Amino acid sequence: MAVHQIYGINGPVVTIKGETSLGMMETVFVGNERLIGEVIGLKKDMTTIQVYEETAGLTVGEPVYPTGSPMRVALGPGLLGNIFDGIQRPLPAIRDAFGAFIGRGAQFDALHAQKKYKVTVTVHVGDRVSGGDVYATCPETPVVVHKIMIPPQMSGEIVEALPDGEYTVKDTVAKLKTDAGEVIDLTLVQYWPIRVPRPTAERLPSDKPLITGQRVIDTVFPIAKGGAAAIPGGFGTGKTMTQHQLAKWCDADIIIYVGCGERGNEMTQVLSEFSALQDPRTQRPLLERTVLIANTSNMPVAAREASIYTGITLAEYYRDMGYHTALMADSTSRWAEALREISGRLEEMPADEGFPAYLPSRLSEFYERSGYVRNLNGTEGSVTLIGAVSPQGSDFSEPVTQNTKRFTRCFWALDKSLAYARHYPAINWNQSYSEYIGDLANWYRDHVAPDFMQCREELCTLLSEENSLMEIVRLIGADVLPDDQKLIIEIARVIRVGFLQQNAFHADDTFVPPEKQYKMMQVILHLYHRSKEVVARQIPISKILATGLLDRLTKMKYDIPNNHLELFDTYLRDIDAAIDGILR
Amino acid sequence: MIIKHLKLDGVNGSLATLTGVKNAAAEEIVEMHMADGTKRTGRVVRIDGDRVTVQVFEGTRGMSMANTSTVFTGEPMQIPLSPEILGRVFDGLARPIDGLGEVYPTELRDVGGAPINPVAREYPRNFIQTGISSIDALATLIRGQKLPIFSGSGMKHNELAVQIVRQSTIADGDDFAVVFAAMGVKNDVAHYFRTSFEEANVMDHVVMLLNLANDPIIERIMTPRCALTIAEYLAFTLHKHILVILTDMTSYAEALREFSSSKGEIPGRKGFPGYLYSDLASLYERAGMIEGVEGSVTQIPILTMPNDDITHPIPDLTGYITEGQIVLDRDLDYKGVYPPVSVLPSLSRLMKDGIGEGFTRDDHSPLANQLLAACAKVQDAKALASVIGEDELSDEDKLLMEFGRAFEAKFLNQGFTENRSIEETLDLGWELLSMLPRRMLDRVDDAVLDAHYKGKG
Repeated sequence: MAVHQIYGINGPVVTIKGETSLGMMETVFVGNERLIGEVIGLKKDMTTIQVYEETAGLTVGEPVYPTGSPMRVALGPGLLGNIFDGIQRPLPAIRDAFGAFIGRGAQFDALHAQKKYKVTVTVHVGDRVSGGDVYATCPETPVVVHKIMIPPQMSGEIVEALPDGEYTVKDTVAKLKTDAGEVIDLTLVQYWPIRVPRPTAERLPSDKPLITGQRVIDTVFPIAKGGAAAIPGGFGTGKTMTQHQLAKWCDADIIIYVGCGERGNEMTQVLSEFSALQDPRTQRPLLERTVLIANTSNMPVAAREASIYTGITLAEYYRDMGYHTALMADSTSRWAEALREISGRLEEMPADEGFPAYLPSRLSEFYERSGYVRNLNGTEGSVTLIGAVSPQGSDFSEPVTQNTKRFTRCFWALDKSLAYARHYPAINWNQSYSEYIGDLANWYRDHVAPDFMQCREELCTLLSEENSLMEIVRLIGADVLPDDQKLIIEIARVIRVGFLQQNAFHADDTFVPPEKQYKMMQVILHLYHRSKEVVARQIPISKILATGLLDRLTKMKYDIPNNHLELFDTYLRDIDAAIDGILR
Repeated sequence: MIIKHLKLDGVNGSLATLTGVKNAAAEEIVEMHMADGTKRTGRVVRIDGDRVTVQVFEGTRGMSMANTSTVFTGEPMQIPLSPEILGRVFDGLARPIDGLGEVYPTELRDVGGAPINPVAREYPRNFIQTGISSIDALATLIRGQKLPIFSGSGMKHNELAVQIVRQSTIADGDDFAVVFAAMGVKNDVAHYFRTSFEEANVMDHVVMLLNLANDPIIERIMTPRCALTIAEYLAFTLHKHILVILTDMTSYAEALREFSSSKGEIPGRKGFPGYLYSDLASLYERAGMIEGVEGSVTQIPILTMPNDDITHPIPDLTGYITEGQIVLDRDLDYKGVYPPVSVLPSLSRLMKDGIGEGFTRDDHSPLANQLLAACAKVQDAKALASVIGEDELSDEDKLLMEFGRAFEAKFLNQGFTENRSIEETLDLGWELLSMLPRRMLDRVDDAVLDAHYKGKG
């Protein structure tokens, strides 16, 4: 293929003069160091390339080599537990080659080439197979079985199947003869372009929740498996902390964590914490079900733009095997800023706040890659997307937050004033919403408690009543309120401190199963109902406060271990006893 | 063979353009010889075929199109490094200005720096005792952290930075050094830092880079890069613990804006370039520690928030990159509280893993949580008191007001020379919390309260 020459260099954008045979979105190698780049603009007299590595030192006239294929990722065993940069280069390999600082122009296999896997070949000669069918399996980590599938567009007949045994990712384990008569070697690895969604058979309704163990999410603003959620919040409101909590405890089978333009130390923390922490369901390190993609804020900006797509492609690949995957992207604003930066270098006409006009369409393309689906091979799987948004100046009216809101159905708004008061997770219950409540009501009814949704509703009503009462309190103080309204304020305080607030560093409180969430809600509401009887009899509310029940309920999240839910019955009995005492 | 390019094609702001250049390299350094025999330094910022745009660090004033000859060095910007740089004073481009002669280099290093591989980082955990209660207890500084001070013009951020340097280094017996980079600060401020370092007897462990308010603005863009390259050299090659003070980041960002607009780039918010985040990150992310290598780079950037506005792009983007922030408050400053740290918006993200048993004390985390929760309630009480008057407040709110006043007077307010140990700070915190009834302390579990609560119940 023809080699081209660099004509112009402007930051990460490189141009070639004259007509070329390069294709749009084709991967190219730029310069003598063979930096990785991608074609992002074609004109009759000029080809524009974004380079995924630092361009300092690149000289006019250096060669540009075509590859003939779009930006793609390698899919096969060896992804889990690994940490990649934005274009799927394994960071440990980069460290071994360059030392602590990242060098340039290195090409590495994304998947370990020498490592052998214990492969079970599941097809036989003569089998007819088509895209998505599993032809081999291997234990990728002790908790995840990796299913190696026929690439989506391919179909034909198996003409050779090797015996079970130890194979590397590049070894052929079977051969397939396509309908056109071509024989294809099937290895453990396949490639897929990152900007193209992997095909599925059909989309299914999202009616099962992703259980996260976080009360404010599971009970108040739940998210469905296959759903999409946005976590917007200014700096210091705990976006990253919330993402980490979800990545640690949510009941997805596979977690893809994309650190997109964020801090290096945070990725180090994820890496060390996830190797040390145990998955409560499998008793194995969380890292064994996690893929990390780290393109920190000081790594090249074009690779940051790609990192989101790399992440979602990996998530879709595991979904195709029939797993429930969750992708945490922290933060999508940095990705949008990378778009803006590149758009600026291309001298495109800017829209809102300098962002390119195609920002909304890129966001919608990304969030629509989530979903609960039936795969080509008949299994069911899902990709849940949870994107953090870092609004400029904590202003939710900026373009990235506004457009993200349009394409996600869950909005967990983080609030600075809650964070200042160290109320974590700082999800503001007045600004947040979840559109999945209706879809998930049946699941909660059948799997947790028949009256779960009624309780939730009552809880939310109390919170919103408190919100309007607080407006009065802020003007004239709480003393003038009648007792029934004071009761609402007191109970709402228990809900806020005892229920919504959750301590990520407490052994029991960090993950709370839905049953306990329901019981806690039930006990709080029981106290409310019984206290209303007291207030209705004109007995002063101070008598209820004097029982110390409110303080006890506030701390029940710590006092009742997750595996002793029967202790809630004593709380119910104690409430009855105390209130009966007052009424007598 | 050295090729001299005679003539310029155009001059605009700090940018000069040349045509007919063959094989220019991105970001290489050029030397521009003026008609009067002086020399200026520039950097290639854009190449279009044979047309090259050069950013002139010293500014383009007095340059003529006809009489300038330009030499392309083919090298990126490099600075000389050697162990002898400790105690030296440089200009914004790391050229000595203390009259002690050139640095005899043991090594030349590219100032651009390469990103630290996240896999090779060591997660910072070592608590640095600054001796300042509000920081130690509530926004703990950790070795290898980047913790900026968000201040405003006229507030005491310089004093605070000096106090941190003095108290945290002297308490620590390890091999430490300070790299101080001034960007667009006043002569007096630079002088203040210099005399303070001398008084604290640390000057032989300090490297100063000074780009003062009257120095060339474009040079300012390189100053923090030079400073951080020196810091990385001292930390990871000579294995020292380095504290980098960058002041004032606002001037730096404004220089970047000036450069960007003269380049004709599409502006983002408030005229700052769209890549301000990436650019600031390329500086701040150079803090940290590396696994298996002794030495660390801790950064304390100082920035003055324009109009005390924390949502201004400079503090806003900084807060998204750094691991927390220390915010100074104008009202506290008026009241004469020093250091005027506003505790609610101040935060240290690395604190959670660097405090507690084995680092500070087991009650540190619950105490910090409870103090901050109480301060948040004090704010509500204050807001209510300003409407209905303090006399009308409930008893609980009155107690909170009293607590708030004591907190400001005893906990926040501490002298410029007062150095409190972490034990003193934590005990003081419990003493203040004991002013409140025990039932109001809902962030702490009973075992901790039993051990530390001294109030009446």
